Amino acid sequence: MSFLLDAEITKQEMIGPGHYRLNLLAPDIAAAARPGQFLQVRCGSTLDPFLRRPISINAVDRENGEVALFYRVAGRGTALLTQKAQGEPVSLLGPLGRGFSLPKSQARVAVVSGGIGIAPLYFLLLELAVFGVSADVFLGAATAGQLFFTKEIKGLGHRVEPATDDGSAGYHGLVTDLFAENMARSSEYAMIYGCGPGGMQRRLAEIIKEFGVSGELSLEERMGCGVGACLSCVCKTGSEGSIQYRRVCTEGPVFPAGEVVWA
Amino acid sequence: MSGVNASKDAGRSHLTVNIGSLRMKNPVTVASGTFGFGPEYAPYLDLNRLGAIVVKGITLLPRAGNTTPRLVETPAGVLNSIGLQNPGVERFITEALPFLADYDLPVIVNIAGDTAQDYARLAEKLSRTAGVAALEVNISCPNIKKGGLQFGSDPASAAEVTRLVKESTHLPVIIKLSPNVTSIVAVAEKVAAAGADALSLINTLLGMAIDIRARRPVLGNILGGLSGPAVKPVALRAVWQVRQAVPLPIIGMGGITSAADAIEFLLAGATAVAVGSANFVNPLATMEVLAGIESYLNENGFNNIREISGLAHNNI
Ligand SMILES: Cc1cc2nc3c(=O)[nH]c(=O)nc-3n(C[C@H](O)[C@H](O)[C@H](O)COP(=O)(O)OP(=O)(O)OC[C@H]3O[C@@H](n4cnc5c(N)ncnc54)[C@H](O)[C@@H]3O)c2cc1C
Ligand SMILES: Cc1cc2nc3c(=O)[nH]c(=O)nc-3n(C[C@H](O)[C@H](O)[C@H](O)COP(=O)(O)O)c2cc1C
Ligand code: FES
Repeated sequence: MSFLLDAEITKQEMIGPGHYRLNLLAPDIAAAARPGQFLQVRCGSTLDPFLRRPISINAVDRENGEVALFYRVAGRGTALLTQKAQGEPVSLLGPLGRGFSLPKSQARVAVVSGGIGIAPLYFLLLELAVFGVSADVFLGAATAGQLFFTKEIKGLGHRVEPATDDGSAGYHGLVTDLFAENMARSSEYAMIYGCGPGGMQRRLAEIIKEFGVSGELSLEERMGCGVGACLSCVCKTGSEGSIQYRRVCTEGPVFPAGEVVWA
Repeated sequence: MSGVNASKDAGRSHLTVNIGSLRMKNPVTVASGTFGFGPEYAPYLDLNRLGAIVVKGITLLPRAGNTTPRLVETPAGVLNSIGLQNPGVERFITEALPFLADYDLPVIVNIAGDTAQDYARLAEKLSRTAGVAALEVNISCPNIKKGGLQFGSDPASAAEVTRLVKESTHLPVIIKLSPNVTSIVAVAEKVAAAGADALSLINTLLGMAIDIRARRPVLGNILGGLSGPAVKPVALRAVWQVRQAVPLPIIGMGGITSAADAIEFLLAGATAVAVGSANFVNPLATMEVLAGIESYLNENGFNNIREISGLAHNNI
């Protein structure tokens, strides 16, 4: 089920420079949403900027009918969104897309996040905790101040391994390097879940392949409709000789790591 | 049940329009490529309330489409270079069309080809397929390097395609014109003389965007087609000029987001209107356009939608 509705803002908060958490009253969406799914958010109200912006569902509070988003100001649309205050309506379309598959057993999983990639992964970590699944979370960010949700994730019973580009906290370097070193010691994970910038995901897919484990990645592409109608958001999937373009908005955004072709 | 529908329909017959022999219960449809094949938007609106559905462009063989990025937002608009990704006519018929059979909704199939023969073969094949109400011939897609562009920009080739398609089908043939020409009227006249039953205008305007940080074109295909509010004045002008020159019904499109936009197209000479990129922003745009047209007729004392088509031409 997917909905088109105006949701009232219950809270909007800056939780770091250029990073915002937005809570919206949308009981139907909260009830239907699964980790990895996203919303098409109308950031403005005029004809320019024109399109909606895809934002992942960061958390839901089904009891109070609330949906939380976590976003980084990237340009005009997200900048406009920061201007909206408590009580104002925001037009939402969703939940959209195919999310992460939840593990069938309680075996340990790994979650690898780069930057804003934590937005959908945090929702996944919340659900994993409900199912009694523990995760090793490799949390990558530019700097210590951007290691969002660290305390909350630990509170859910998961283990957090931070990595920062500037070395201000945890491992000094790429989160994928930290993860690869870790895999070399122990790769006993039932599933690897990942989300982050393109280059990071590509490297993560290589590591997943190298160790022969199962993995799921949440991809990003520029979107027009978000519902599968315009064919603008495609990614390459398949294998040499049988390459296929698939829609990130409906057949993804989460894909099995081995299916994505990084051209 | 059919009695109920019939009387409801009859009550609204003031909204009925004819595109050649195709009867639409109201003048509002969707633009090809912006509404998929129907199921994509079915969760949000009752498809039966559309005057017709125009599906994504179909080619003889499946097409993979262009490399990404395929879309970028520009001021009050969208640039796209999808490259006609589609499953090909066979799979369209077996996989996509059956979904629409459950609706009381004329299906207009948008077709595209690399050669005039491709168009004729598509027309022939689709004419033998139940559930196809009309053909919209895309001679103007700016994305395929060897195909569409030449047909649409050269009046003689546009006429040849029209003639071949007309010879291959009994279905109403709607020729979709490109704005990327010196004179859209010249193309419209040739196409009309070649037997077109109706015209759709406009397709997207050729454009591009450059990423100044990466210092390269944003779209994978370099060039793309511009649509959305940014193109509305150009589209409206095209409808106005073509209406003055040829007597065919026109499906007007290009930047329609509201009933007021749609009414401008009707007053300029369109018989029906199609909502395109606006569906992305507001999946209910077609319904709002339809409701707004009805109120406009009521509030201004018009008894019939046909009374306003081209009306602005009388007031100059
Ligand atoms: C499925 C999905 C889920 C997402 N979830 C989140 C989330 O939870 N939180 C979050 O902060 N962001 C998320 N994003 C990214 C977010 O959609 C973009 O940052 C946003 O659309 C930018 O809009 P803007 O108007 O602020 O910037 P714009 O002015 O549109 O663009 C700013 C910059 O980002 C580039 N850009 C814009 N859109 C994309 C895109 N889709 N892919 C790659 N580059 C792009 C532009 O070229 C430009 O350089 C998600 C994207 C997708 C596809
Ligand atoms: C993503 C996208 C895909 C399109 N695909 C097609 C197509 O397959 N065939 C076609 O004739 N026109 C296609 N068009 C053009 C539209 O049908 C329409 O003519 C144009 O977008 C102008 O209307 P709008 O401004 O309301 O979108 C496409 C437009 C967009 C935005
Ligand atoms: S965004 Fe339109 S098909 Fe995915």
